[in-house]
Amino acid sequence: MLTIKILGSGCPNCQQVEQIAKKAVETLSVDAAFVKVTDVRDIMKYPILSTPGLVVNEKLVCAGRIPSEAEVTTWITSALA
Amino acid sequence: MATREQAVSRQNNRTYLTLGVASIAWYVAYTVLQPVTEYLTYSILGLARGSRLGDAVAFFLYDVPKILLLLGGMIFLITIVRTFFSAERTRALLGGKRVGVGNVLAALLGIVTPFCSCSAVPLFIGFVESGIPLGVTFSFLIAAPVINEVALVLLFGMFGWRVAALYVGSGLVIAILAGLIIGRLGLERWVEDFVWQIQFTAAQDDSAKMGWDERVERASAAVRDIVGKVWLYVVIGIAVGAGIHGYVPTDALADLMGKSAWWSVPAAVLVGVPLYSNAAGVIPIVSALMEKGASLGTVLAFMMAVVGLSLPETIILRRVLKPQLIAVFVGVVTVAIIITGYLFNLIV
Repeated sequence: MLTIKILGSGCPNCQQVEQIAKKAVETLSVDAAFVKVTDVRDIMKYPILSTPGLVVNEKLVCAGRIPSEAEVTTWITSALA
Repeated sequence: MATREQAVSRQNNRTYLTLGVASIAWYVAYTVLQPVTEYLTYSILGLARGSRLGDAVAFFLYDVPKILLLLGGMIFLITIVRTFFSAERTRALLGGKRVGVGNVLAALLGIVTPFCSCSAVPLFIGFVESGIPLGVTFSFLIAAPVINEVALVLLFGMFGWRVAALYVGSGLVIAILAGLIIGRLGLERWVEDFVWQIQFTAAQDDSAKMGWDERVERASAAVRDIVGKVWLYVVIGIAVGAGIHGYVPTDALADLMGKSAWWSVPAAVLVGVPLYSNAAGVIPIVSALMEKGASLGTVLAFMMAVVGLSLPETIILRRVLKPQLIAVFVGVVTVAIIITGYLFNLIV
């Protein structure tokens, strides 16, 4: 079971990251729970300076940009390995 | 190992080849643009040279592809430069710098660090937590949005490199001075208390490790993203600009927006502040206005107010700053922009 967190205030960039991550999860057909983290205090618990951020199983994998679906797929598979 | 290196170098060669072909295509398109659009307007459409409609149509047909080409090319280059910087790297570079030197460096880094106003809050906390002075942090937070790449490209395309350079230069000065003033005022007590209690460790910076094909890929993605977002504003803006260009008499606006109207600068700034997202569409209109007698200082002040002092960013910053500090921030930047506007009206 995966936990994927999207860190960010909810701006269009964060929504795009969430969509890409959801697509990657669907294609891999794995079980994943999505959590949106919007509170600054919670966001800053991760080593992140610029949003949007993507966290897979408590590990920050990407920050400050929108990753490609291929990248997200790699992160998810390595988290499951 | 050797095969992997070969694969990487082959990949890089392909990237360079694509880049070379793209640059040549870009250059050719840019060069033939003027003759082609003139031919289209005056020969194919049969509009008379010097007629109002002819002028307006030629202006539109030439400016839309020109601005879009410039936008694509420059965003690509700017994003390549930005892949060498990251918020983490900027934070490390600013750590331990003194007030003054720190403000200048922060303003310069504000140009090259990838930044979106949604990130203002984590960035602010990360900077302040690592001991970067409040004023230096503000120099960065002011420079990053004020010196906007879309605005820069449009100014360059419509007014030439001098105005574009003036825009960057005055943006830097505003960010440095406003940061110095905010720092001198000692307003740390107006930062929300929880900010000081956060324990924060920044991630390692990986901007130096990236390969060239990845940099190119990110730059292409940025071009698609930004041009995709703003092209409609550019087209509408240039259409309105073309109308003004063809139909409004020269100097019609000299009394209203010229140097002699002392109130034109503050009025332009007040109108500009709420106009955030339309920067791309506003500049072509402004350019046409200037042609009809509006002065450069007024136009630049308007531009900076549009891109620099945005309502969304102040609302986002409210999460970490008390209302008093927000007021000081907006006030100092507004006054700085107004002074810059007057200054340009005086010298140019």
